[in-house]
Amino acid sequence: MIATNDIVLHIDHVHKTFAGLHALADVHLDIREGETHAIIGPNGAGKSTLLNVCVGVLPPTQGKVMFHGTELTGLKPYEINQLGVARVFQTPEIFGDLTVLENVMMAMLSHRDGAFRLKLVSRFDEQGEIGQRAIQALRDRGLGGHIYHLAGALSRGDKRRLELVMGLVQKPKLLLLDEPTAGMARADTNATIEILRQIKESGMTIVIIEHDMHVVFSLADRITVLAGGRVIAQGVPDEIKGNPKVIEAYLGEEQV
Amino acid sequence: MKHTSKLADIALLIGFAIVVALGPVIFTPIGAGYPDLLQKFAIYGIFAIGFNILFGLTGYLSFGHAAFLGVGSYAAVWSFKLLSMDLLPAVIASVLLAGLLALAIGFISLRRSGIYFSILTLAFAQMCYNMAYSVLTPITNGETGLRVLRNDPRHLDAAFGYVSPMPSLLGLQITGWTGFYICGAVLVAAFGLSIAIFRSPFGMTLRAIKSNQNRMGYTGYSSRPYLLSAFVISGMFAGLAGSLLAATDPLAGAERMQWTASGEVVLMTILGGAGTLLGPVLGTGLIKYFENIFSAYNEQQLTAMFAFLPDGVREAVVKTTGLFVGEGWQLTLGLLFMAVVIFLPGGIMEGINRLLGLKHTPKVKSLGDSPQRDGLGEMVIEEMPPSHGAAEADKKVAEQKNAEKKRAVAP
Ligand SMILES: Nc1ncnc2c1ncn2[C@@H]1O[C@H](COP(=O)(O)OP(=O)(O)O)[C@@H](O)[C@H]1O
Ligand SMILES: [Mg+2]
Repeated sequence: MIATNDIVLHIDHVHKTFAGLHALADVHLDIREGETHAIIGPNGAGKSTLLNVCVGVLPPTQGKVMFHGTELTGLKPYEINQLGVARVFQTPEIFGDLTVLENVMMAMLSHRDGAFRLKLVSRFDEQGEIGQRAIQALRDRGLGGHIYHLAGALSRGDKRRLELVMGLVQKPKLLLLDEPTAGMARADTNATIEILRQIKESGMTIVIIEHDMHVVFSLADRITVLAGGRVIAQGVPDEIKGNPKVIEAYLGEEQV
Repeated sequence: MKHTSKLADIALLIGFAIVVALGPVIFTPIGAGYPDLLQKFAIYGIFAIGFNILFGLTGYLSFGHAAFLGVGSYAAVWSFKLLSMDLLPAVIASVLLAGLLALAIGFISLRRSGIYFSILTLAFAQMCYNMAYSVLTPITNGETGLRVLRNDPRHLDAAFGYVSPMPSLLGLQITGWTGFYICGAVLVAAFGLSIAIFRSPFGMTLRAIKSNQNRMGYTGYSSRPYLLSAFVISGMFAGLAGSLLAATDPLAGAERMQWTASGEVVLMTILGGAGTLLGPVLGTGLIKYFENIFSAYNEQQLTAMFAFLPDGVREAVVKTTGLFVGEGWQLTLGLLFMAVVIFLPGGIMEGINRLLGLKHTPKVKSLGDSPQRDGLGEMVIEEMPPSHGAAEADKKVAEQKNAEKKRAVAP
């Protein structure tokens, strides 16, 4: 599955402490070009914190994060996004007062025009090229019926799907997914796995945090297990399944 | 929630232009059909339209926009004094200067959001106001106010040999109905520009900032330059309004910069409907109209009005109503404002949309985590285990609702 040995994301001995709490302790991790890398671990293991450090929400207490050789530490979230890192959040973050279509167009316009461009009077609408592409992207992901609805009124699962579309239309070099199926019914989860499989097949590098082992083992090329802020195991799915430390720390508790 | 079509926008602009053009006819029945008042509608309408681009679209509430109005007025009067009695150089000077001041104030104030942003803008505006009375008196002429004098140099006019006793536009004196139509034309242009900005990617970006500024960064946007642009644009609209004020009354005083003037444009915008195209203009019209009517009444008029009442009662009635008119008209304004904010939080435009049945209620009921939505759904989600809880909760609530509906339908 892994095409090359190029390192997309290099997480270099990252520590993060919150007022004494060691949320991340010496996390060292490489994400390779084209792989789908799952990060699993019990609640509070530091998975979301790790993503937050990667996208510039939180500065690491120690260590650094390199993306294709560029140091991300100290960059603003928008700069990291402009470098080609898109993220889907654990709790959906969307523009609730904008329509679903506008949400997607926002993502496309920032990808096309950069972090700031003053376009005062050029009219945007769905007739334009961007609008048509946004509509197509929404239809492809099963949101065609909600195009003109306010994004804030979508169900939780649809909000997640919208976030995914917003990430994808930016054609990112790295897609970070924080529990993309949390709160979804089985059928929706399976549909999401199908979508993610297509994305994976397109060659995109994906980091996925996931609770649902069914999702993890359906998609992941490699798995990193976090517990108490530390990497306790790393390897291909079969290695992880048989690892006693993992079973103790995580799998047993979640009864796979 | 389909985007309004280009055609609808053009129709709106044409309709707006027609109403402005017919202003003298339309406003005569309600006693507002005279140039001075209509001119005021137009000028403050421009002020509010510009303010709405900042406040209505981004949600950033500036309490200092009168500073830009005031600076615009001073710049225009100086242009009348030094350059020409023509309006064009005055407008250019006002808009540029107001824009520059907005750039400086916005640059600093936008480092904060929410109430801190509002307080910073208020503080800057009050600083401008105080400076106009103190260190800047050589420029502002302090309390006397800056006025145009006959023997001012007016270098441009001198060069062209043009003489005009009053501010003018290409030879047309800005007084009476001509004055109104000049201001009205600028109002229509400002309204058209506001439509264009609302429908542009820039306008959408500003609305996105209002909706979820956090998300902007993860979507790849740097919010600050967008906010600063909106701030400067709205400052320029205020400067434009200030220059028109100076043109129709060529005496600029610092009271135009006072915080009450900043507060007034906030009221006008909210009263009409912040974030809507027409709202700020309607709010302006309403406030300026009531100000004109209510502040004009005095005790004698009231006594005459209530002459039919018996002696003892009449005094009491005149005393009470007297509180709400004349100098006390602000009390009426306060009550009006409270009524609107409580009963029509979306302003007059919400009222109109309700009457026309145009209100967009989202069709999908959400169980999401936006605070305004379905409180029940929110609670259900919190109590469910994290993995498949929400979707199941979704179904349960839907089932409950269905059951309720069935019960309601059953005889
Ligand atoms: N912003 C924060 N401030 C303080 N503590 C935090 C913050 N974010 C996360 N934590 C703590 O760090 C630990 C790891 O959290 P998180 O990364 O969200 O875990 P996970 O996503 O693996 O469930 C938890 O104990 C959490 O309480
Ligand atoms: Mg998490």
